[in-house]
Order: sequence, then structure tokens, then C-alpha cells
Amino acid sequence: MVNHSLLRPELRPPVQMALLDDILGIVRANSLWPMTFGIACCSIEMMAAGASRFDLDRFGAGVFRPSPRQSDVMIVAGTISKKMAPTVLTLYEQMPAPKWVIAMGNCAISGGPFVYDKQYAIVNGTDVILPVDVYVPGCPPRPEALIQGFLELQDKLTKGGKTNFIRHFKRWPRKEQP
Amino acid sequence: MSDGILVDLRVIWEALVRFFGLEALVLVIGLVVILAWVQVNALFLVWLERKVAGHIQLRIGPKEVGPFGVLQTIVDGIKLLGKELITPQPVSWLLFILSPIMVFTPVLVAFVVLPFGPHLIIRDINVGLMLIFAFGGINVLSILMGGWASNNKYALLGAIRSVAQNVAYEIPLLLSAMSVVVMSGTLSMQGIVEAQEGVWFIFYQPVAGLLYLIGATAETNRAPFDIPEAESELVAGFHTEYSGMRFGLFFLAEYTNMFIVAAVATTLFFGGWRGPFLPGPWWFLIKVYILIFGVMWVRWTFPRLRFDQLMNFAWKYMIPIALLNLLVTALVMKLVR
Repeated sequence: MVNHSLLRPELRPPVQMALLDDILGIVRANSLWPMTFGIACCSIEMMAAGASRFDLDRFGAGVFRPSPRQSDVMIVAGTISKKMAPTVLTLYEQMPAPKWVIAMGNCAISGGPFVYDKQYAIVNGTDVILPVDVYVPGCPPRPEALIQGFLELQDKLTKGGKTNFIRHFKRWPRKEQP
Repeated sequence: MSDGILVDLRVIWEALVRFFGLEALVLVIGLVVILAWVQVNALFLVWLERKVAGHIQLRIGPKEVGPFGVLQTIVDGIKLLGKELITPQPVSWLLFILSPIMVFTPVLVAFVVLPFGPHLIIRDINVGLMLIFAFGGINVLSILMGGWASNNKYALLGAIRSVAQNVAYEIPLLLSAMSVVVMSGTLSMQGIVEAQEGVWFIFYQPVAGLLYLIGATAETNRAPFDIPEAESELVAGFHTEYSGMRFGLFFLAEYTNMFIVAAVATTLFFGGWRGPFLPGPWWFLIKVYILIFGVMWVRWTFPRLRFDQLMNFAWKYMIPIALLNLLVTALVMKLVR
């Protein structure tokens, strides 16, 4: 779902289903089911984020669905080799429509340590092949960072967290960005 | 004024009864109540499952959405309604669309004969137990339908496994239920509860009770018998290709099936609605949810069985034991009477 509040005024659609959009945004933000899918070492941290001590399930994001047909979020956790890229793209295309991508770790953001001369095997970042919603930096990022990424994604779906009133956990108030 | 309204309602009710007949009216009202109950029950059970899983794994489980996360499953349900329904190109679309509906519909029928209380039962027919097991069989058929129609190797393998498992485990399930029927002498659910006047049947039939619980866990495709949807081998089993609310219906059917097998176990072995102090329906629900909690406990504690172990366990151990149990029960009943 496009969050219209993030768009420039002239790009916003003339008719918005305001209440329905808000409700769907809240509902989708609080039920982000990730795909069971890890490419490299970042996925170990992703598993830790789902396990005890970190517990992604608190925010309703702990239902790791094995099938792309039933998942909402794709966490690209690791290095995408050029051989793997078509598979990742296929998995993304198999997901049903309101879908989001979290690029986790430096390899998924920009290629990380694999950016050097005559490098032939690694895709330099997820956004070369997929539209990415949230970038989680780190090598690998700690589980808390991934949870932070999920909260950012929730904010993105609920007008900066303003309409996400059914979630108890409140973020530290941030300065408005110009 | 209020008296007038009551009189009016009574007149309307009598007119309706005269027009449709009492049986039909009770059936219609019961069906509406069941439809509402199934949803609420599934919402509660999914939340409970995630909480139980969380606490067993030293986590908290859903916590942020609503108090103690109780709104979590409602939110999930609305989200599933809002997702895209994908029908892949190579599926046979009629079977593909029919399958989630057919997996959910027979589940409702079983509620007609479940005795929630001494009078709280929609229809107490004299083959109630058989009705439940007969319609439970349709469940397997629709799973096979969905797996086959998906035109996906993982879905087909999951469906085949599900059918093999259900065929194997339905036999000890029915045999253990039969030994209770031999003791009570009736197939009516209310009659079975009445036969447990003094002592619950679990004390007369501990082996049958254990076999029933194991078989029921396998029937509902739950761990440690969840090989039809083994995530490490088959992507998501028979519902790999289903998205959105079609997948939601499979989910709903699974949790309602859990309720039904637990309710049948309560009726057959744990005295149904019998209990001191509280009225019948409360006792029935308490017993059912304790049994369901046990099933969840088992799911999050034991690892998944291998397929050959599963089949060997059913055919080599459970069925002979169940047959022997039925034979001994029949002999003893013949001698006692």
C-alpha cells in the first residue's frame, strides 16, 4: 500500500478512502508476516530476533510463513549472489500484493564488503533488483536492529506511527524531518 | 409497554414455529450461533496457541496489539481479507477455489450433534458419533483436492501425505470410539454422556482414551504428526499455493477441527458436560479447552516424526492395540450383562 502522506502533495491521488486506508494500514502494520527465507549469515540474527530474549512475535511479526503466497514481508538477510538473484526475484513476485522488503545487513544494502575491482559474483545491493522499503545496517545487524526495522516499516504504513494507536509500545518521539 | 413487546415477540415466535416447525427454527438459529462461535473460537485458539508457544519457548508471544495481544488474531484476520487472492495460471481453478470452502463446510456439521449441555444441543440424533466421523472424512478429500488442483509438487506431496496419514489414523480413532460405544450401547452423543453417570469412561477405557487422543492429534495434522505441512521438506504442504483468505479458511478449519476432536474426546471419555457446582456448558468448555491446551503443549514440545515412523506406529502398534482393546471390551461387556 502506498502511504500517501509520504508523497508530495501534487502526487497524491485525488480521492482517498481515508478511514478504510487508515484501518488497513493499522491492520497491515501490526500483522507483518515475514517469509522463512535467509541467504547468508544475517539470517542467523534474523532467527535470533524471532527466538526468546528478542521475540519478534510481540509485535505480531513472528509468524514466519514458509510459503511466499502467505507472507507480507521479505527480509533479504544476506549476500545476494548473481546466481541467487533470479530466485530472490521470483520469490518476490510470488508474494501477494501488499508486500514489503527489508534489506538486512550491509551486503543487502549495497554489496557491503564485496564492492571491489573485478568483483564478478555479487549483486551490489537488494535495490538493484527489488524495491526496498527499509534498510537495516550492520554487519550483521543485531536482532534489536531488525526489530527497529520492523517498527520503521510499521511507521511507514501508519502515517509515521500517528494512526498506530492499537500498539501499546510507543517510540521515542523524534524530530520532524524537513 | 415492555409487556406489549414481549407479547408481540411471543406471537411472532409462535407464528414462526407454526410456519416452519420447531425443528427447522432451532436448526437455523443454531447454525447462525455456530457460525459466530466458530470464528470467535478460532480467534481465541490462534491467540492461545501463540501465547502458549511463546511461553514454552521462553518468549512472551503477542503482547503489543491490544491488552495481552488479544487483538492480534483479529488484526491478522482483517489483514488476510485485504490480501491479494492469487490463482496461479496452471491450477485447475474450480477445484482450487472449491477446496478451502469444502474443507470448512463439513466442520460446521459436527457442531449440530455436540452436546454442550443437558439441553444445549441442536439435534440429538441417534447416530451422532457416526455423523461426526463421516463428515470428518470429507476434510481429507478436500485437502487432496486442494493439493492436486494447485499443480505444485510440494502441495501434491503434502496432500498425499495427509491422505495416507488420515487413512492410517482414522482406523484406531474409530476403533477406540467403538469400544466406548460398546460400553454405552448407543451412538447418540447425549446418550454417551448419560452413560457416564457415575464414572467417566477414561477410567474404564484408559487405553482407548490414549489411542483416541493420539489419533485425534494426527487427524488434525498437528505436531508431532504434522508431516503434511512439514516446513523443512514441503514448503507449506497442501496450502502452499493459497494466499489471503483462502489460506485463512484452511487455518480456520484446522482450529475448528481441533475444537471438534477435543469436544468428541470430552464427550466420549471425560464425562461431557458433567461436573459439580457449575452448569453443564461451562464444564464442557473447560474440559475441551484443557484438552486443547494439552494438544498445544505436545505440539511445541515434541519434534516431528519421520514418515515411516508415523506409518509404522499407526499400522503396527495402534491398530492391533485398538482391536485388542475392542475385543476385550466386547467380551467383558458380554460377561457382565
